[in-house]
Amino acid sequence: MTEQHIKLPAGSIEKTTTTLNLGPTHPATHGVMQNILELDGERIVSADQTIGYIHRAFEKIAERRPLAQITTLTDRLNYCSSPLNNMGWHMTCEKLLGVQTPKRVDYLRVIVMELARIADHLICNSIMGVDAGAYTGFLYVMQFRELIYEIYEEICGARLTTNMGRIGGFERDFSPLAFEKLEKFLAEYPKALKEFEDMFQRNRIFMDRTMGVGGISAERALNYGFTGPNLRAAGVDYDVRVQNPYSSYQDFDFTIPVGTTGDCYDRWLVREQEMWQSLSIIRQAYQKVQSFKGAEASVYHADTPAYYLPAKEDVYTKMEALIYHFKIIMGETEIPAGEVYHSIEAGNGELGFYLISDGGRAPYRLHFRRPCFIYYQAYEELIKGSMLSDAIMTMSSLNLIAGEMDA
Amino acid sequence: MALTNEYIIQRLKEKFGEDLFTFQESYGLLELVAPKEMNLKVLNFLYDDAQLQFRFLTDLTGVHYPNRTGEELAVVYHLHNLQSNCRIRFKVHTSVDQPEVFTATGLFSGANWMERETYDFFGIQFVGHPNLKRILNVDEMDYFPLRKEFPLEDQTRIDKDDEMFGRG
Repeated sequence: MTEQHIKLPAGSIEKTTTTLNLGPTHPATHGVMQNILELDGERIVSADQTIGYIHRAFEKIAERRPLAQITTLTDRLNYCSSPLNNMGWHMTCEKLLGVQTPKRVDYLRVIVMELARIADHLICNSIMGVDAGAYTGFLYVMQFRELIYEIYEEICGARLTTNMGRIGGFERDFSPLAFEKLEKFLAEYPKALKEFEDMFQRNRIFMDRTMGVGGISAERALNYGFTGPNLRAAGVDYDVRVQNPYSSYQDFDFTIPVGTTGDCYDRWLVREQEMWQSLSIIRQAYQKVQSFKGAEASVYHADTPAYYLPAKEDVYTKMEALIYHFKIIMGETEIPAGEVYHSIEAGNGELGFYLISDGGRAPYRLHFRRPCFIYYQAYEELIKGSMLSDAIMTMSSLNLIAGEMDA
Repeated sequence: MALTNEYIIQRLKEKFGEDLFTFQESYGLLELVAPKEMNLKVLNFLYDDAQLQFRFLTDLTGVHYPNRTGEELAVVYHLHNLQSNCRIRFKVHTSVDQPEVFTATGLFSGANWMERETYDFFGIQFVGHPNLKRILNVDEMDYFPLRKEFPLEDQTRIDKDDEMFGRG
């Protein structure tokens, strides 16, 4: 047989490296993203990342929506911690509109945000376990994420894409059942977290898989624009909650855990410690919420009639409330002109909202600073020269969320 | 010493002269606008100056203003001095016919993808960028979707009135 049936690209016979497509739908990427790896044996020579598989043009869509309807878009950024994105967005709007939120709202928000942070870190750390071959820890702590989701459900009715809160506060006050569930979580979770920690922290296999893997120096991390746990693992104590306190974070007592080498193990440790800090913040916030007396004890939103929906019974009986209701629902409220950048410490780092308003009813331009998008570009540098299995570990330790990356 | 906006303005005026920048302050954040040819020089100065030390690129993005003839596109940098905890916003404008701005990838590795994203959506050419190609959209796309001439709604629809949605 002389005819050649398989046509190979020129040079592919002489080539000594292997090209491997990792993704877009590989089980170990935990999201839709592609990596074209060039392998020499099992060592990675180069990596080429392709992203954008779930790009949904949120920034374009936001240019046609009133502020309140953009909250649902932020849900779908980092969907492991939607309430954090929601609160960040509300605070951005409040900054632009000059709305002052009552202290009780701030504290309720802190409770929700820290719960979301725990849910986010919980996923990341337990998935790292899964990628190292330990499935049990993941299944075990998932029960406790369920408890967090039940609290969300009690607060806003949704579990994953929460659309929680409104500009100025919350849609309704937390029910007694929500606080009961919170107490249950606060009572049960520390024990489980401790167990989870014991399972991994000094586990020989886990340490061997993560120590010295995917490390980055503080200098390079800053140059790449790392924020959040990934930056703190490299030893920089930058935390937006401390540097630019929002939602009354200055009233709380907590520390910023930092690592030294910026490798997978440090990232895991930083997240683990942050969960303990979050628990302590939630306890403090819950205590502060309980300390409100009299009329203050039932405040759950600011007085901003132009942006906060009036009570339904008022809509039926008062003309003014009916007008506001209509204007908010139809998105006919003019937003004051201005430019504002607001950022919060989200699960993955600094989540920023750059909002430009020209005085219309929708933002003129809205840009999300997505931490995932910014630090994923360092991935090639992190994995170059390491083994394929380390690349998987590095990816899960970065906590890449495709929804946030592609926006 | 904490950095103040007044001090930054004074420092920049000393270096680049009185007229190069226009300054503005909104919500406590200093905003400076410079001619686009100067963007790298300004970024370099902000990065290297012993007092200013703006060494963290928080965000880079673009904005399209179709009505501003000659400077339709804006590139917006958010910079952060982490030590003094001071943020500034730096803008340069460029025309839509020749949307060329120098790349900041030499200073910030993180600018690489942010500039690719800005190119992808606004068509701003970052001169000197090592790998300027589309990042979130498909490679075959032949337009820049975040420019204002591409309205979101399907243009063949006649049952919707743009006036109702705040923009005519």
